[in-house]
Formats: sequence, C-alpha cells, structure tokens
Amino acid sequence: MDLPQKLSVLADAAKYDASCASSGTTARNARASGGLGSTTGSGICHSYTPDGRCVSLLKILLTNYCIYDCLYCINRVSSDVRRARFTPDEVVRLTLDFYKRNYIEGLFLSSGIIRNPDYTMEQVVAVARKLRLEHKFHGYIHLKTIPEASQALIDEAGRYADRISINIELPTATDLERLAPEKNGERIERAMGAIRERIEASKEDRKTSPKAPGFAPGGQSTQMIVGATPTSDAEILRRADGLYQRQGLRRVYYSAFSPIPSASGKLPLVAPPLVREHRLYQADWLLRFYGFGVEELTTPAQPNLDLQLDPKLAWALRHREHFPVNLNTAPRPFLLRVPGLGVKTVDKILAARRWHPVRLADLLRLKVPLKKALPFIETPDHRPGLRELEDPALRARFVPPPKQLDLFADGPTPPALATPGSEPPPVPTAPPSLEF
Amino acid sequence: MPASAPLHFDGSFADWKRVARAALASGVAPQQAHWRDAGAAQIELALDAPAPERIVPLADPDLAAPSPRVPRAFLDLAEDVARHRDPARWPLLYRALWRLTHGEPHLLANPADVDTHALHTLAKAVHRDIHKMRAFVRFRERATEAGPWFVAWFEPQHHIVEANAPFFRDRFASLRWSILTPGRCVHWDPDSRSLRFTPGASRADAPADDAAEDLWRTYYASIFNPARVKVDAMLAEMPRHYWKNLPEAALIPRLLAEAAPRVQRMVARSAEQSAAAAPTPGELEGRARPPATGDLAILAEAAASCHACPLWRAATCTVFGEGPREACIVLVGEQPGDHEDRVGKPFVGPAGRLLDRALAAAGIERSACYVTNAVKHFKWEPRGKRRLHATPNAREIAACRPWLEAELAAIRPGLIVCLGATAAQSVLGHALRVTEERGKKLPGPFGASALITVHPSALLRLPAGIEAEAEFQRFVADLRQIREVPDARPSEQLPGSPPAST
Ligand code: SF4
Ligand code: SF4
Repeated sequence: MDLPQKLSVLADAAKYDASCASSGTTARNARASGGLGSTTGSGICHSYTPDGRCVSLLKILLTNYCIYDCLYCINRVSSDVRRARFTPDEVVRLTLDFYKRNYIEGLFLSSGIIRNPDYTMEQVVAVARKLRLEHKFHGYIHLKTIPEASQALIDEAGRYADRISINIELPTATDLERLAPEKNGERIERAMGAIRERIEASKEDRKTSPKAPGFAPGGQSTQMIVGATPTSDAEILRRADGLYQRQGLRRVYYSAFSPIPSASGKLPLVAPPLVREHRLYQADWLLRFYGFGVEELTTPAQPNLDLQLDPKLAWALRHREHFPVNLNTAPRPFLLRVPGLGVKTVDKILAARRWHPVRLADLLRLKVPLKKALPFIETPDHRPGLRELEDPALRARFVPPPKQLDLFADGPTPPALATPGSEPPPVPTAPPSLEF
Repeated sequence: MPASAPLHFDGSFADWKRVARAALASGVAPQQAHWRDAGAAQIELALDAPAPERIVPLADPDLAAPSPRVPRAFLDLAEDVARHRDPARWPLLYRALWRLTHGEPHLLANPADVDTHALHTLAKAVHRDIHKMRAFVRFRERATEAGPWFVAWFEPQHHIVEANAPFFRDRFASLRWSILTPGRCVHWDPDSRSLRFTPGASRADAPADDAAEDLWRTYYASIFNPARVKVDAMLAEMPRHYWKNLPEAALIPRLLAEAAPRVQRMVARSAEQSAAAAPTPGELEGRARPPATGDLAILAEAAASCHACPLWRAATCTVFGEGPREACIVLVGEQPGDHEDRVGKPFVGPAGRLLDRALAAAGIERSACYVTNAVKHFKWEPRGKRRLHATPNAREIAACRPWLEAELAAIRPGLIVCLGATAAQSVLGHALRVTEERGKKLPGPFGASALITVHPSALLRLPAGIEAEAEFQRFVADLRQIREVPDARPSEQLPGSPPAST
C-alpha cells in the first residue's frame, strides 16, 4: 500500500474523534531554536470540511488494526474494514511536510491496539519523540493514550505532548459493558486521575523553576459518543460534570454517533439528530461559564434537552419567576441567565451601564438577539408586561416565522458609521494616558 | 455652511497621526475635517475641494504642536482600525480622537457608545482577517539553488501583511519563505534572519502547484465525515472568497454530492449484514438528498450531480432555481423545457418570455423573485428530431421535491406562486385541479401562502386571438394578487422593539 492509500485509510479511521483543537497550550516558537513551528495558545483552524468541523491538526491513526472489539468502532477486530499501518517515520514526514506548507497546527495521533497496550503506546510515543527531539518541532501535539499502558510511557508522552486524552467513549458503565466489553470505566478514570496529578505537579514545579519539564500543558480532554445507547442527556451531563470536577478536564467532547460501515447489529442504523450534540455542547458551556448546575438543565420528567430551544432559553421558560431581569441593576450572575446574552455581551452591558442607562438601542448595537431577550429583560424604554411572561404561548414565539412580503418596501439601508451619541456623565479622574 | 479643512496625508497611520495632531491643535472639529488619502481618492479631491475662503487654516504639522494625551488603549485600537480597508475609518478615528480630548476621556470604556462600537467593529474585522491569513496561507515549495523556497499567494481583505509578518517569522524561522499579496509582499531569509517587504505581486509570481497538495487533498477528503453534513458551519468560518487560494476547496462540491449516496450505501450494507429490519432499497433510493444548508449556490452544485430518479440520464443538465435568497416570492414551474435544458437556467424559453411579459404587466419585477421548477431535469420524448415535453410522474415529482423544499427552507418566502398542477402538487404535497383552485391562496409550507395559477406554457398552446388575449389577462390578474399584502402573520419584530435609529 502506498503512502496516499495509507493516509486515506488512517485518516478515515480517525475522523470519529471530534477534537481537533490546538488551543490551551503554552506559547512558544522556533525563533531561538532554529527549528520549526510555534503555538500561540488560542489555536488555528486551517481549514473546514463540509461537515462543519475544523481541520487544525493532522488527525490520524498510527494503525487501524485493533485487537479489541468495541462495537461502535469502525476499527474493532470484527470489522471488515481495510487495514493499514504507518511507520513512525512516515507519520513524522507527513507532519513536517504538511506543517511547512501551513496546512496544519500539528499532529493528533492515536492508534488501534496492536499486540498489547505497551507496544502500541511505545510506537505512538516514538513519533512524538522524533518530532520533538530530532526535528525540533514546536507545533502542537495531541496524543491519545491507552489507559492500560505503563506509567513510564504515559509520563514520556506527557513530556512531548501539548494535550493528552483518554476517551471514556460511553457515559455509563452499563453502556460500556454492552458495547465495549474490554474497556472499563473505573480503569479509565484512574488513568485520568494519574494524568491529572502529573499535570498539576508539573505546573507547580514550573512556578518555582520555569525550566522544569512540562507535562501536557494543554491539559487533558475526553470524548463521549452520544446516541449509540438510550442513555439520557441528564446522565451524559452528570457524567461530564463529574469529570470536570474530579479530573479537571479541559474539554469533554460529545460526538453524535455516526452510522459506520459494517456496523454491528446492536447499534442503531441511523444517526441521532446532530442538533442533540449541539444542545449538549451548549449545556456544557452553561455548566462551565454561566454558573448553571447540572440538575438545572433537565428535569426528572424530561431528562433530555429540548431539541427545539437552546438550553438556556428552555430553562428561562421553565423559570419565568426569575424574570424580567433589569439590565441596569441586576448583578452579573442574573444577567448571565438571560436568554440571548452571552458572557461577552454581559460584560459589555456591565461596562456600558456605568456611563448611562442601557437602552434597547444599545442592545441593538451590541447585536443582542432582541427577539429572544425582550420578554425576559427590563430597560428604561422597555417593560414587558407580566402577562407576556406568563403567556403559555410564549414558547411558540421562538419558532422563527416566515418573512413578511416586503417586495415593494424599501430595502434595508446599509449601516453607516454613526455620529457621536449622548455624553457620558462627567468623570472626576482622567484615565492613564499616553502622548498621542 | 461651516468652514472645512482638507487634511492631506499619505494613507499611512503614522502620517494620519501627524496630520491629526496638527488638525487638533488648529481646532478643526470632526465635521470640518475632510480626510484626503493620497493613495486613494484623487478624483473626489478635485470635485469637492471647498472654496478657499472657507478653509480652516491648519497649523504646520511638523512644527511641534503640544501633543494631546490619549489612553494607550486608543493608540492600540487606532492602529488596528487603520489597517481596515474602509475609507470611513479616518474620519471615525478623528472623531473619536476629538471626543477623547474634548471632555470624554472615558469614551473607550463604554462599549455601547456609537463611535466606540464602530471602532471595535472595524478592529474585529481586521483581527479576523489576521487570523484567517494565519490559517489560510498555503505555501508551495519551489526548488532553488539555495535550497527549498516556500512561496504563498494570499489575498487579504485588509492591510495586514506587516502586522502578520512576525507570526510567520516565528513559526517558520528555519525556512526560506515569501508571502505574496496584491498589496504588499513579505520575505524571510533564515540566513540573514531578516524580514523584507516589497510592493504587491500577482498570482502568476507564485508557484502553480506543489506535489504535497495531492496528499493534503487526500487527507481532507478522508477526514470529512459524510454522515454529518453541515455546510453552513463550514461557510461561516471558511467563506467562499478564500476558496480560490485553498487547494482543498476544489473538492467541496464533489464531497457534498457524494455524501448522501455514500451514507446510503453504508447503511444499506450494514442492514444487509445484520439482517435487521432495514429500509428497503426502494426507500433508500428515489429521493434526492440535498445537503443541509441554506446556501443556494451549494445546493445548486449538489443538485448538479443528483441521480435520485432516472430523469438525469436523458437531460443535458440540472436546471436549478435562480434569484435572490432574500426574495419574498418564489415562482414554481413544472420542469425545465428544451431551451432551459440547454442553457441551464429556468424560464428562459418561450414560456419564460410569456411569464416575463405577464409579470411586467402585473407590475412585478422578476429579478426580485426566485424562479424555479418542481422537477429539475427536462423530461422529454423524441418526436422526429425534436424533443417533446413529457409530464413528470408522481414518483419523479416526489424524488425531486427535497430540492424544492431545500430552496424554500433557504428562502422562507411569504408567497409561493404555483404555476400549473405539477408545481401545486409538489408545493402542497397533494394533487389538485388548477381550474377549480386557480386564483386562490392556500396555506403552503413553512407558513407561506401558495397562490395557484396556470403554467404559462398552457397559454402558449392557445391559437393567437381574442381568447388567447383574454386568457393572458386572466393570468396577469392572478399574478397581480402577488402585490396584495398576504394574510396577517406574526411579525418578525416584537411589539416594543425600538426604532431603528439611535
Ligand atoms: S480499542 Fe479503540 S480502536 Fe480498538 S476497537 Fe476499541 S475504540 Fe476502536
Ligand atoms: S429530476 Fe430531480 S430528483 Fe430526478 S435526477 Fe433530476 S434533480 Fe434528481
């Protein structure tokens, strides 16, 4: 098999991993070392495929041969998929060739399990070692580790990698038992815990001596497959929340189960709606950045997220007693609960209201989706009637109506650069200034 | 009329600062300042130069005027804004500078202020462009005597080459590289360790290809998951204007066209293997599968390779709908005719000309409507040397209906005009008699009304004369209804929305 064929097989096998992130690591570059590559902390997506996913890293498997039999996986031993195997040198060459042409930020390498976990892990680590030590490669490296591999190998992986991940694959122990008989949820979490300790220890060391070796400065992440089993969103979110708390994960990725070629009969034939995955990501953000508790996002009667409404709006409709929120007086945590207001917008509102009362025109300028926010907010020029908030038909309003017939109306005027607005109140002290 | 001050500068931020300082020292108010970018607006300069007696005398910019003090944040922001292409950035910057130095030192602390907001909007566009350049520059390797040289051709939206040069220097410190753009080029030499800037170049100056691009395209095609098409998410981050310089972008139409069949084959195979209850092949085939997107161009590209029913075999090409996405009216015909089939555009043959005439008589602009057909391929039977129109059957209409649905979902019109029975059947989902329902507005899909009328080709079949003229007038009368305001429907704006102006 030639290189393009191998690449085609081993990229195809890797695409079920959702993560392609190249963010969160320490900034470094090749200027002093004369090597190749840099990282900036925020990551760069070099392309997008028609599935809407970002292409940031060269995401491939070292091999898709595997001795395990995880039913949702295209590479399981019982699948009749085409197999291929890269040598570590081939992966190194591909990474460097792509990197030099600015196609990628780095490499995301994982592997099917060949012979035994240590043998496999050793091959994966060998690629990272060559890139870092022989080629002075400073780009991003994400290594998928195998929970059963020896600690020494995981330690070495952490020294070269920016990010390390172990997939928990399925949200519950029963799901794992049913679909991934060789995997064990407890063992996976133990391995995550060990990685967490190493990451934190290295952070401590580097505080006192910046030259101390780093350990996966981009943290660890994991992935859960959604929709391969009947497990509810409530359980999925509880599991994710637990992982964030216990293991200090950077990210939990949710991957809507994709029907795979030669799938097992125990699996559904059709994919869950992609919007479910999207709602889970939204809920995940509410957990991490908006101060929501995991039990607030679903109810015992409805353990799955509403597919039609984003989870914050759904929450607000269930808790109308908290609204309307006064944008000029409410504290930050309350503003964060208003549908349509993101973290950035909330901070802008907080800044603006120090100078003048925030009105609807300000919200328009800050691109607040008024249609969504209006029933829930109060400004000097907008006081929603309580009747509106109590209207049982309020939910129906958030389904987008068709456009009005305005063929003969004037078209929208393009936004022009506006003229100065109202004067802010006089301020006693001038801000720190420079000579212009 | 207030006096005005023409302010000449060379188009650079440094020179703008120099002149702005002088203008500020001379008390030129923002509404008096007329910025004259030497690089840009020559003609405008001659046209609206103010009469000499009304010109504000300007202090000599090079004589040390007392420098006003501004927040550091303004200088950083202004430098980014200055990289934007919009000529309105200069007066905006000056207005902000004026306000900062005339009693509003905290201007930038209020993100809701009109000027602050405008500055941040421009700066954001510049930052995005800087980021996209880092993402989408593609180097091609050229062998030279001095070793490999990596050359890229890129077309930025704003003046960002200088701002981005250090990023590429730090990343590719050990390579010799050049980035060529229409406005400015930058070069790095690892031996002398220096960045060099030269004037703009053209695409032809960069290498035409690179052997690694085939591998890269192989990777791109393989990492794409056909089971989850989300074109709009891709377009939001990788807008079409970048595509022409991305070697992988040429694959997108093909990947999209093949996605649905690939998934169908995969599912069919799994179903066979597991012998579980599965959709029959008849259910799997025989229905077009448009990619999930509201982008009409992508839909048209995907439809170009649709084989969901046998009609594509005998036709020349798919005739997709045409018109603005913002259209409030969609006109749906039956299928393309002989002429349309050869040209690839809907309603351009004799029936199309009759439709144009009727629309004009009804006072409706065709260019404001989206025009399409229920079935996208020409169905015909040979009659001697001619291709004679044949009516599509229910299965073909159903096979093709997802395309029409995708068009309607993208446009969300207020009114759908069904020209003839096939159109009505496809739009409403059931057959009806046009003679009975003609001129009525029925509830259509997506909350739109569906206006029923005849197909213009029916009029073409009438012998010219009084009857034909009367029928034409009846058709025009039907179309006139388009102009009537449709039944009240919930408005997009909620009561209590603010006036549009501030
Ligand atoms: S161990 Fe990994 S590669 Fe192997 S079958 Fe399981 S998920 Fe697939
Ligand atoms: S007529 Fe419609 S469904 Fe049939 S092949 Fe053409 S585009 Fe596809």
